[in-house]
Amino acid sequence: MNTTLHHQSPLRIAITGGTSGLGLALVEALHTLGAAVAFVARDARAVADVASRFPGSHGIVGDVARKDDTHRIALQVNAALGGLDVLVNNASSLGPVPLRPLADTDCEDLDAAFATNLLGPFRLTKALLGAFTASTRSGRAAVVVNITSDAAVTPYAGWGAYGASKAALSHLSRIWDEELRPLGVRMIAIDPGDMDTPLHALAVPDADSATLKRPRDAALEVIAAIEAAAPGTTHGSTARQTTAQEAAHGEVTV
Amino acid sequence: MKAATRPIQRPTDARLLAIDADGELIELPRARLTELFAPGDLLIANDAATLPASLTGVHAPSGAAIEVRLAGRPSLDAADVGRFTAIVLGGGDYRTPTEHRADPPSMKAGDTLNLRPLTATVRCVFAQRRRIEIAFDAAPDRVWSGIAAHGRPIQYAHIAEPLALWDVWTAIAARPVAFEPPSAGFVLDWALLDSLRRRGVGFQTLTHAAGLSSTGDAALDALLPFDEAYELPEVTVVAIAATKAAGHRVVALGTTVARALEHAASRPDGLQAGEGLATQRLGPDTLLRVVDAIVSGTHEAGTSHYELLRAFADDDVLRRADRLLAANGYRTHEFGDSVWIERRRDAAQLRSNLNTATLASRFGQRRTTAPFWIPNESRMRKPSRRASTSKSA
Repeated sequence: MNTTLHHQSPLRIAITGGTSGLGLALVEALHTLGAAVAFVARDARAVADVASRFPGSHGIVGDVARKDDTHRIALQVNAALGGLDVLVNNASSLGPVPLRPLADTDCEDLDAAFATNLLGPFRLTKALLGAFTASTRSGRAAVVVNITSDAAVTPYAGWGAYGASKAALSHLSRIWDEELRPLGVRMIAIDPGDMDTPLHALAVPDADSATLKRPRDAALEVIAAIEAAAPGTTHGSTARQTTAQEAAHGEVTV
Repeated sequence: MKAATRPIQRPTDARLLAIDADGELIELPRARLTELFAPGDLLIANDAATLPASLTGVHAPSGAAIEVRLAGRPSLDAADVGRFTAIVLGGGDYRTPTEHRADPPSMKAGDTLNLRPLTATVRCVFAQRRRIEIAFDAAPDRVWSGIAAHGRPIQYAHIAEPLALWDVWTAIAARPVAFEPPSAGFVLDWALLDSLRRRGVGFQTLTHAAGLSSTGDAALDALLPFDEAYELPEVTVVAIAATKAAGHRVVALGTTVARALEHAASRPDGLQAGEGLATQRLGPDTLLRVVDAIVSGTHEAGTSHYELLRAFADDDVLRRADRLLAANGYRTHEFGDSVWIERRRDAAQLRSNLNTATLASRFGQRRTTAPFWIPNESRMRKPSRRASTSKSA
């Protein structure tokens, strides 16, 4: 991909679940493209390892499923990057593994899946809306990407906790996108397909990895989708000039 | 006035006392705030997120328990988190009003402070012993994660329960640079911003590192507000110019916004985008260059916030407002009710406002003179704001 992630200054992007699978591939691809990257994950050692592999990236230890972590994460993202243009809500929970029918799913496991896959992205996005709208007022982009799944659409037996929570995330994305458009903030949901990731291995231990998409390819598709949602975000264009009238009336959009 | 004791940013029964440019007083539900704006006006808010600026720990040389309240740093640069000015208290918690908190142990430059998981070194101790400068011995990301993990929002003795970080972040909070919340911004939610937009009212922000409102030490409190760093975006400067050129008003949401804008405008080269360090105090002698009206919490006479309001309205008007606020039970402090104060009409303004209906006529209220039914004695008993607002963690 022949792109650089600069407009006025490097694109500032945060990725949850950034130490494995698609999240890690996004950190790597965006770091290579010159974006300012912060990533979040639960395991302190894995966070430190990834941060050291990609010098200049900012590793944040936190669990998006925990309400108490939300503002701590948002604080560190905003501090590390001096604001934020793009958030990728990628951290996901399968729910109970091995996968099981809903009738055998404990309430607590359903709770946990919704906490990571729906409440976490909701809370973190809400805590970062101030940063996104600061970006759009200054003529920058603001895009929230929610990573979803075909399990959000197709009723696969055994995928109840995951599929239901991702379906809720998809619909939340569509509603919130409508609501945020006047502010110039876009929200999109992306199904990256079946990837060769630790999460997929947990769900389908005997899958043939050769048939699965490589996370790097999915990462490039996510970056392309960000570009499509906010043209100019991920290549070398300059943000268009803000006119005085637009500035006075907050009509700046990406 | 009475202290607002629950951390609810937008109580449904919140009230607003508006003081127009002629000194008329109008009472409204705060839900009608939007109606005070005319199309073309510009609202400017402080989008600073609030740090969990209270760090408990131990003064290593003495082994004494301390609470360090981060209070300032010279710039907003995220990488520049090595050095902070701070207020340090002895042990205790937020239930003890700040002025009753124990003094910290005697400190000197070079002392180590263990503020799990962070370690700081005392760089200097100011003449007032509660005020120190510290340096964190870690890379910026480690300092931020340490503050995020261990810090608590600065607490208020008048609030019944400990404040969480989300209690002190406004809806528009972005970069974490404020030490106490820019609480006038608590009035904002996204529906209000949308209603302003639909009314044709502009909205822009600046980022201002709101500092401490109380230290518990009278000599230190007399120095408030400390110097506060701010950043004024280019888009905000452009919007202000367009608003002024069109003869519309710039409305500051909160004292921090007024302080930053007026500081920036007082520079020899006029209002410019970029970073600044607000060092001035606003008061009755201040010439307001930018801000035409302010939306603020209610403040008690004698505080620096109240002094700032005197730049907008004459003392007799503010005294009438005080009496009304007291008599009608308005709530004060961070989560309290609000005031809207228009800069007093002067000769230059009079010309542009001749065709503007008064607030009172627009709201169908009679012109108010001094509310005669309120005897002077009923002005609230006023243990100073600091006495009742004491903070601790």
